[in-house]
Amino acid sequence: MIRQVAIVGVGWSPFRSITPSISYKEMMYEAAVQAYRDAGIDPRRDVDSFVTVAEDFCEGTSIFDEYVPDQLGALHRPMHTITGDGIHGLAASVMQILTGRFDVVVLEGHSKASNILTMPYITAFAMDPVFNRPLAANPVFIAGMEMQRYLAETGTPLDACGQVVVKNRGNALINPLVEFGAELTVDDVLLSEPVAEPLTRLQCADHADGAVVMVLAAEEVAKTLTDTPIWVRGIGWANDTFWMESRTWGQAGYAYLAGQMAYRTAGIKSPRSEIDFAEIDDVYAYKELQHLEALGLCRPGEAGMWTLEGGTDLDGEFPVNPSGGSLGGGHMLDCTGLARTLEVVLQLRGKAGQRQLEDVETGLAFCWRGVPTTGGAAVILSN
Amino acid sequence: MKEHVYDTVYLRGKDFEEGNVLFETWDPNARYAWDTGVGMSRFLQELKAGRLVGAQCSGCCRVMVPPRMFCEHCFLPTDAFVPLQDTGTIVTFSLCYVTWDMIRIKEPQIPIVVAIDGASPGMGIMHLLGEIEPDAVKIGMRVQAVWKPAEERTASITDIAYFKPLEQGGSQ
Repeated sequence: MIRQVAIVGVGWSPFRSITPSISYKEMMYEAAVQAYRDAGIDPRRDVDSFVTVAEDFCEGTSIFDEYVPDQLGALHRPMHTITGDGIHGLAASVMQILTGRFDVVVLEGHSKASNILTMPYITAFAMDPVFNRPLAANPVFIAGMEMQRYLAETGTPLDACGQVVVKNRGNALINPLVEFGAELTVDDVLLSEPVAEPLTRLQCADHADGAVVMVLAAEEVAKTLTDTPIWVRGIGWANDTFWMESRTWGQAGYAYLAGQMAYRTAGIKSPRSEIDFAEIDDVYAYKELQHLEALGLCRPGEAGMWTLEGGTDLDGEFPVNPSGGSLGGGHMLDCTGLARTLEVVLQLRGKAGQRQLEDVETGLAFCWRGVPTTGGAAVILSN
Repeated sequence: MKEHVYDTVYLRGKDFEEGNVLFETWDPNARYAWDTGVGMSRFLQELKAGRLVGAQCSGCCRVMVPPRMFCEHCFLPTDAFVPLQDTGTIVTFSLCYVTWDMIRIKEPQIPIVVAIDGASPGMGIMHLLGEIEPDAVKIGMRVQAVWKPAEERTASITDIAYFKPLEQGGSQ
């Protein structure tokens, strides 16, 4: 990249299934205060621009960006909101710094999913109103159909999907930031209630509330703020077609394209050997496998066996979702990618506590925007 | 090259009646229950008790209403709730002759912003004005809250039924 960009501060409000004691503004404020303290900056003086990610339908307030500045210290300052995942927001923040006009940019994402009383209907708003919505089916069926096709094309055993859940919710047990940690068996997962076959209830991430704020800075400023800058080496994002009638159901084309773009910008030729670990969207268990393959971290059809053999465990050759992922930490709407990115930052700083990986230098975070989308974004970070 | 992608089509009433022009409809089911949190919850609880309350910033000392847990100017947490009066001064108003489902009405609704006595200058709440002829409303007019009976209050901004003009010599 023409200018190096680093993450120099992170803050969060813990990820919880419900957060009735604080408003979304107070949640964001909590995360922001922590991030600014971490970066050693005063937002009223030191920040050039603010970026947030939010979807109006998830907030229940339209033109939601109007409601953001106060709690970030962004009043009277340049700020804008993106209707995308947190990693799309990260891309926007990085690009602002690359223009040379901004040296310090703050990025925010949050979820108050617990405040949405009609979640499947809100999700259904994302479906085509003419061809798909009139069928009046819970949009989770889209994940069921995708999983069906993925398993059929790759021959991945169901057990592998179960193992993703066992692994991720196991990892979550030693992550104090999240609360869906559990000791499960593959049978527990596969024999839980069917949701949209072959998808069972325990293969679907529950929603969680929470907020993440990150402070990004250009190289010369980053070096004055911290001894442990986490460099944004590459970033990429892409969409597949929205047509459910003709999309590539078995393979995550968007993840392939986003990954290739991120690798290209980072100068990575062999992702498996040049990256040490990954936080990858696992809102449904099969998604972790499908995304691993699309991102070129293993060959098509291999992710299942790799997972069953323990290759992606916390102590495996390539740990995936050491934080517990969305299965262990909750699906946080458009904050999901920032939750993934946050873990990569903490690991690269050596501040991941009991789940700290040894000798990690480069990590990848990847987000998917959830059903019914075929959109995603990837970021590669190094310490 | 064509000027437009599609040829221009002039539609007549007949085209709609005969179903040449089609629509797909959708009734949203979007329901939410927002956590009001620390600052707003206290404000709503006080409304139920028939009182107004603000929050004070430890940095700029502004008394803010509605209260909030942080000052947007200083980016500091607020640390004290301050009791306010239920009287104030009209900052601005409008006479609104259409309802929000676009029905024309003869007697206008009168939305106002009231700078509340006890809060910092220019800080107030938005409400409706009653007990007044529309052409008598003025910026700077002194007004007072008309509270619903205690048993009808639900910890909502509508626990104040409306504001009315403050009689001459009323409390300041």
